[in-house]
Amino acid sequence: MTSTALRSRAWKLLEMVTTPLLPSDYLDLVRPLRTGADLRGRIEAVHPETRDAATVVIRPGRGWRGHTAGQYVRIGVDVDGVRLWRAYSLTSPANRQDGRVTITVKAIPDGKVSNHLVRRAKPGTLIQLDQATGDFVLPQAKPAKVLYLTAGSGITPVMGMLRDTELDDVVMVHCAPQPQDVIFRDELHGLVADKKLRLTEVHTDTDGMLDIARLDELVPDWTERETWACGPAGLLDAAEEHWTEQGIQERLHTERFRPGIVVAGDGGEVTFSATGKTVDADGATPLLDIGEEAGVLMPSGCRMGICFGCVTPLKAGAIRDLRTGEITEAEPGVLIQTCVSAAAGPCDIER
Amino acid sequence: MTAIDPTAHLTAEQIEELGRELDAIRDEVIADRGEKDAAYIRKVISVQRTLELASRGVLLFSIFPPAWLLGTAGLSVAKIMDNMEIGHNVLHGQWDWMRDPKIHSTTWEWDHVSPSEQWKHSHNELHHTYTNVIGKDNDLGYGIMRVDEDQKWHPFHLGQPLWNFINACFFEYGIAAYDLELGKNLHKRRRKDPEFRARAKAVGRKIRKQVLKDYVIHPLLSGPSFLTTLAATFTANVVRNLWSHSVIMCGHFPEGVQVFERRSIKGETRGQWYLRQMMGSANISGSKAMHFMTGNLSHQIEHHLFPDLPSNRYAEVAVKVRALFQKYELEYVTGPLPKQVFSAWHKVFRLSLPNKKPKVKTPDREQELVAA
Ligand code: FES
Repeated sequence: MTSTALRSRAWKLLEMVTTPLLPSDYLDLVRPLRTGADLRGRIEAVHPETRDAATVVIRPGRGWRGHTAGQYVRIGVDVDGVRLWRAYSLTSPANRQDGRVTITVKAIPDGKVSNHLVRRAKPGTLIQLDQATGDFVLPQAKPAKVLYLTAGSGITPVMGMLRDTELDDVVMVHCAPQPQDVIFRDELHGLVADKKLRLTEVHTDTDGMLDIARLDELVPDWTERETWACGPAGLLDAAEEHWTEQGIQERLHTERFRPGIVVAGDGGEVTFSATGKTVDADGATPLLDIGEEAGVLMPSGCRMGICFGCVTPLKAGAIRDLRTGEITEAEPGVLIQTCVSAAAGPCDIER
Repeated sequence: MTAIDPTAHLTAEQIEELGRELDAIRDEVIADRGEKDAAYIRKVISVQRTLELASRGVLLFSIFPPAWLLGTAGLSVAKIMDNMEIGHNVLHGQWDWMRDPKIHSTTWEWDHVSPSEQWKHSHNELHHTYTNVIGKDNDLGYGIMRVDEDQKWHPFHLGQPLWNFINACFFEYGIAAYDLELGKNLHKRRRKDPEFRARAKAVGRKIRKQVLKDYVIHPLLSGPSFLTTLAATFTANVVRNLWSHSVIMCGHFPEGVQVFERRSIKGETRGQWYLRQMMGSANISGSKAMHFMTGNLSHQIEHHLFPDLPSNRYAEVAVKVRALFQKYELEYVTGPLPKQVFSAWHKVFRLSLPNKKPKVKTPDREQELVAA
């Protein structure tokens, strides 16, 4: 018998010992970051960067497969007891010796997770992790001339690149409201002093928004540069248009942070994605009734919110709890009780 | 159905007002639910797991009597925690709001021979929706007992104290059979129904795993302590069964708890539903430890009003609920465990004998509302 077969035999036996739980349920008590566990990380430190941004140092579990500079990671954080998932760019170089990684988070107004991480997260806390992903990365062959065009927290994936790969000729144009809002400002100026970077800061509170046409003046040779741009949609739209006009759109690489803002309304179009049906719903009729009327097979029980026999994944959009008025927005893994929920705007129910 | 309807003095408006007040109590807890509650359930789960592991470890040496005693006691408590404060409540969806897929009603499996999927259907859906409605809520007497004067007496009922005791000892099997609706399904053609067969198979699988673990694997691991470990696990299972059976009997059987007729719930309003939960449940009074070991089912009334609120909140909710009972002049049935257990058993004995049909019948809720 091969050793893997032996291993899986042994594991089966162990499962018989721990049933109805799994051996991992017990191992998690003592070694949550071990090989073979669900991927998690432990927050080891939180360093403030600006008045509303902080860098979170995370020790990933043994299953972490590493990342490439510029990629992002989804993390699941418990905020007020509720697990919420968000994606953040990795700001640490890929080859950090101590095996830790960092993300740098800017607290956005009303952002539950970002405010929690910047202001309340404590070292020692366990978080959930996904493997790093994303193709906003440098190519294998180092480009001769590079432009990084960033705004606000759009600097985070680029910082990962700057720290990871030294390039011969790098220019950066970065926008932030005021000098003190520039994340990593000291480090950037250090790179400038060492002649490793040419930097232009645009302070939008005083200079106004960056007019993309000003690039000619800020970076005269921008058309010759391989460009990585990250920031708000307006900036990226303008850049894409500008590069396309010059016919060099393949030189521009952009990373868009998901909009993620759901506007909760009253009723809306409900999609039952497994069945492929779409119907209009008002803001007062339970989604269970809406689905049944549309001929969708809906699981149900008490029809009054107590048995949890109707829970169904909410894939997109927002719903309102008819009892409390509370709004729930779609996120991976969010299940709703269709018998006491109504559409709060367009939504997608997996049935 | 009892001779005098204890809610007769309430008007329809009052009942709806009562419903609104209860909704407000619920909303308050939900708005306040958070980190502390999450930390609570995680702690309970990790304590349970540690205790179970430690007890099973001690039982490896159960050939020595003190180890046997310690291990058996620990395992009994661990099993009670698994079933009551953790399993029952997680399967109610009380912790679903945490969005932790590992502590969720859709994924949880418990140390019990009834697969959680089936138990959720019969318990959460049937029992909690139709609480104490004769013919709809099979928890009333579990189909083997007579629990109300109005139910027809049959010589079979003479043995019901015995049936009840046997059921208590092997309660988890009773529950499994009951979740399968075995009595009904063993008849006629139903046995061949593919849906029933699939469910029966799932129960069979679960029983096999549970039995293998408790009565084969762990004893084998104990080597020379094989027999003593086997005896210890058996004892722990019986202790857990007797305990949970007693607690559950106290929830709906003691004297003073009302049962309802099928037609009385037609067109029931939210307020009336709440009222039925209030009149159909009974509490157990006692210490914090006592509430914990019953999985907070000692707060049965509050649990039936708000089955999806986290169990650690029932104690504080109980204060407000009790005030409402007073305000609306309703009887809050509660008492210490021995008293409630005695009361429930007393009823089992009393109703094993035939009785005269009560003369006065509760007016139907519908008629009553028309009158009001
Ligand atoms: S059907 Fe029972 S909770 Fe929705």
